[in-house]
Amino acid sequence: MQAIIEELKKSRATFCLECGKCTAVCPISYSNNSYSPRRLVAEGLFYGFDELVDNRLLWSCLTCQLCSERCPVDVRYSEYMRDMRATAYRLGKSGDRSHGGALHYIMELATSPKLKQNRTGWISSANQSDKGLKVKKKGDILYFVGCLPYYQDFFAKDFDFSPISIAQDTVRILNYIGIEPVVMDNERCCGHDLYWLGQLGQFDELSSLNLKEIEKTGAKTVVTACPECALTLKKLYPERSGEVSFEVKHISEVVADNIDKLEFDHLEMELTFQDPCRLGRYMGIYDQPRQTISAIPGIKFREMTHNKNAAICCGTTNWMNCDATSKQIQYRRLSEAKSTGAGTLVTACPKCQIHFRCSECGEDSQKVDIKLTDYVNLVAKALKR
Amino acid sequence: MAGKATKTKKKKAPKKFVPNIVAFACNWCSYAGADTAGVSRIQHSPNFRIIRTLCSGRVTPGFVLKALKLGADGVLVSGCHFGDCHYIFGNYKAVEQFEKTKALVKTLGLDEKRVRLEWVSAAEGPRWAEVINEFVEQITELGPSPLNHKKKAKK
Repeated sequence: MQAIIEELKKSRATFCLECGKCTAVCPISYSNNSYSPRRLVAEGLFYGFDELVDNRLLWSCLTCQLCSERCPVDVRYSEYMRDMRATAYRLGKSGDRSHGGALHYIMELATSPKLKQNRTGWISSANQSDKGLKVKKKGDILYFVGCLPYYQDFFAKDFDFSPISIAQDTVRILNYIGIEPVVMDNERCCGHDLYWLGQLGQFDELSSLNLKEIEKTGAKTVVTACPECALTLKKLYPERSGEVSFEVKHISEVVADNIDKLEFDHLEMELTFQDPCRLGRYMGIYDQPRQTISAIPGIKFREMTHNKNAAICCGTTNWMNCDATSKQIQYRRLSEAKSTGAGTLVTACPKCQIHFRCSECGEDSQKVDIKLTDYVNLVAKALKR
Repeated sequence: MAGKATKTKKKKAPKKFVPNIVAFACNWCSYAGADTAGVSRIQHSPNFRIIRTLCSGRVTPGFVLKALKLGADGVLVSGCHFGDCHYIFGNYKAVEQFEKTKALVKTLGLDEKRVRLEWVSAAEGPRWAEVINEFVEQITELGPSPLNHKKKAKK
């Protein structure tokens, strides 16, 4: 019992006032009445973990941090969920893994030390189509690609978009600035999803393998185009494995820092921006992507009602529990984007785009008909050749 | 004599690689095909574990990757011939899913030959034996999967 109380104290769950603000803002509670962050905290406090680990709703939390943003006593609900899930995972429980669990098995297979991946094909395939991407094996600046090669295999055919183009365009932008990034041949999954699902043992294995690999390249700065990778490398690795020897930047920060080196073409577009939860609420990067988008001539930027730290999540996290509730959240969010009058929704997270595209594949009554693009693709498209 | 024979066997046994193969067979054709092979007493390699699915279209990349994660050296997906599917289009779905699986397996750095899609009908007992023998031989040549690191199995 003492151990449970200690664990609850870590996420400050014992401070809960039961004011219910979390439930009022929670995007899941909005569509699914049976889910309430407040109740899950109260159940954990009154009955301990035993009852909660069997609760299916435990795996529904998006860990989007919107509740913690509103919480008057700063209960870290996502961390509370992570600890609960870690206990549940130890007892052999799991939620519904979407896509038949394929993406989770890839993450788990990535912990295998003998793994030799074949994941850098996108560099040479881009070479044929244009000037070519310049990457090297050792250097100061590393580009951490993340799961994009796997998403390319898994989602490209279904959704008529190419996740790997995000990686190619990131290198293109970095080359334009004058940076020749390092790309690792055998980089593994960052482990973000395993961390939030409570599979902390496997997360630690991934982090130690990745840290070793990064150390070999001698990189001092790690750039990523995925907010989840950025959060994991920046905050979760130091939290679990102590100091790291590099600085982590999301591509939007790099672009904002080097904005004077970039020349943009005229691009006639009306845009709105979806703040990914990891980039916004977790890391506080709100203005950098907006500055760059507004710097492109011809672009009209429109803000959604729920923006910046009030942004609503894309409906699914960690590839878990994707259900009717997720679809409703996505439909609501896309409708909000459409109502601003913008024709295109820009997001800085590849996963947001995949989830929104999936939502647009549904029945006609659930279609919003808005174009989607990644922040990196947009910037690369606007660059003067 | 007998004592000698067992001694030499004991020494050799750990060196030889015996592949673990998982075969997903559809209920209506391939599983029955495997049954036919058994009933007709056709000799074939025993190194595979068969899992019956209602349709080969049900075998998503997740199934194959889970098998690989749990220690399979090769995975076979088998269904009805085109036009024979009990659910009419199930095997076309299987092709779609299998292409994804193959791409993922390739990106993971494994040989594409470790996964295989085959069509075996309920009457084709000898063909089932042939497919299994061929696949076992192929995997034996490739050796154990690099993803099999011996660790205590976690749930």
